[in-house]
Amino acid sequence: MPDADFAAALLPHLDAAFTLARWLLRDRAAAEDAVQEGVLRALTYAASHRGDNPRAWLLRIVRNAAHDRLARDRGRREQPLEDAEALHDPAPDPEAALAGREGADRLTAALAALPAELRECIVLRELEDLSYRDIARITDVPVGTVMSRLFRARQALLRLGRTADAVKERLP
Amino acid sequence: MTGTAPNPIACAEMELLIQADLDGELDAAATAVLSAHLQDCPGCAALQAELAGLGRDLRGALRHEAAPTRLRALLATPPAAVIAPRRWRLPALSFAAGAAIAASLVLLLPHPDADAGLAAELVSDHIRALQPGHLLDVPSSDHHTVKPWFEGRIDFAPPVPDFAADGFALEGGRLDIVGGRTVAVLIYRHDKHLLNVFVWPGTPAASSSSRQGFGLRQWTQGGLGFHAVSDLDAGEFDRFVQLWQGAA
Repeated sequence: MPDADFAAALLPHLDAAFTLARWLLRDRAAAEDAVQEGVLRALTYAASHRGDNPRAWLLRIVRNAAHDRLARDRGRREQPLEDAEALHDPAPDPEAALAGREGADRLTAALAALPAELRECIVLRELEDLSYRDIARITDVPVGTVMSRLFRARQALLRLGRTADAVKERLP
Repeated sequence: MTGTAPNPIACAEMELLIQADLDGELDAAATAVLSAHLQDCPGCAALQAELAGLGRDLRGALRHEAAPTRLRALLATPPAAVIAPRRWRLPALSFAAGAAIAASLVLLLPHPDADAGLAAELVSDHIRALQPGHLLDVPSSDHHTVKPWFEGRIDFAPPVPDFAADGFALEGGRLDIVGGRTVAVLIYRHDKHLLNVFVWPGTPAASSSSRQGFGLRQWTQGGLGFHAVSDLDAGEFDRFVQLWQGAA
């Protein structure tokens, strides 16, 4: 089977791809579909893979499949990046989502409340430990944008943490 | 926070340096600039501590989630349908696998079987596209939306005519893979019937055939090859093709 080697090279990165899709789509079944679509695309495009980083490559393809799905689910047309920078899809009320949560649980809830473009940067950086350059390739934006998105994401997480702390202090 | 007042402009510039330093992305020269600033600026030092703490917390909180077995199985035994012939892999292959690929490469040559292989692939793409969620990457009945969507995604520009007035409404577009290359697909609807029109550069001879109960029509227009698949009846399908050729 000609692609057995290639498929085997992708296999160790399947959990990373699935986890990224889970974070992007916030839904297990949708993530499963997106990864399946991504894997099929990856195998189909195998011939175009020239790089030496199968993980970044698979993440990029699965990330695109997840975003296609997000765009479809929103029932909205694709928007140019400038509009995307306005950032859609934040949770309705992050502060409420954080009320009563502690520690890691609270942090992951805060992360889930961020817009998809910020969420993915954090997951790729902190979980996958990828370089700015790899994150830029995966998310298809310049490195400078990765840096500013990461910073905005971190600022938002710090702010949400402080707000939750303040709310807690007000409680009896 | 007494003593020298921090320079707000300098601090704004430091934010990304502080972050890059924690992310291991800062070179030695910038690191030196940053350390000097941090010694004098309690505000930035506090931000650094906060970001460092957040990073630790995130790395502690984020975990990989095991992919479902089904996906693992998909990679362990990839479906034959996606294993297109790949010359670039040949040198690394065993003789037996090489022979198998050589056999399938025959499909790419101008040979009567090539058409059958292509027809089979188009029909299976059409059927796959009928599964929920697989039909459209860009759902729109507006050809001014669909046409630019393809720009930057493929290296040719398919025409996107709308025949709503003639009973063939544009449903949208998507990208698909045919014979290992990325192609544009335009989707039209006629009553309950869907039509997938696959487009890529080429000059296929005009033909009309059927396979597994689906009709296939192919024609050439402006240097692009068009391959339409549908379960539409033959007369209506031919009318659709004539509309296309009239629209050019």
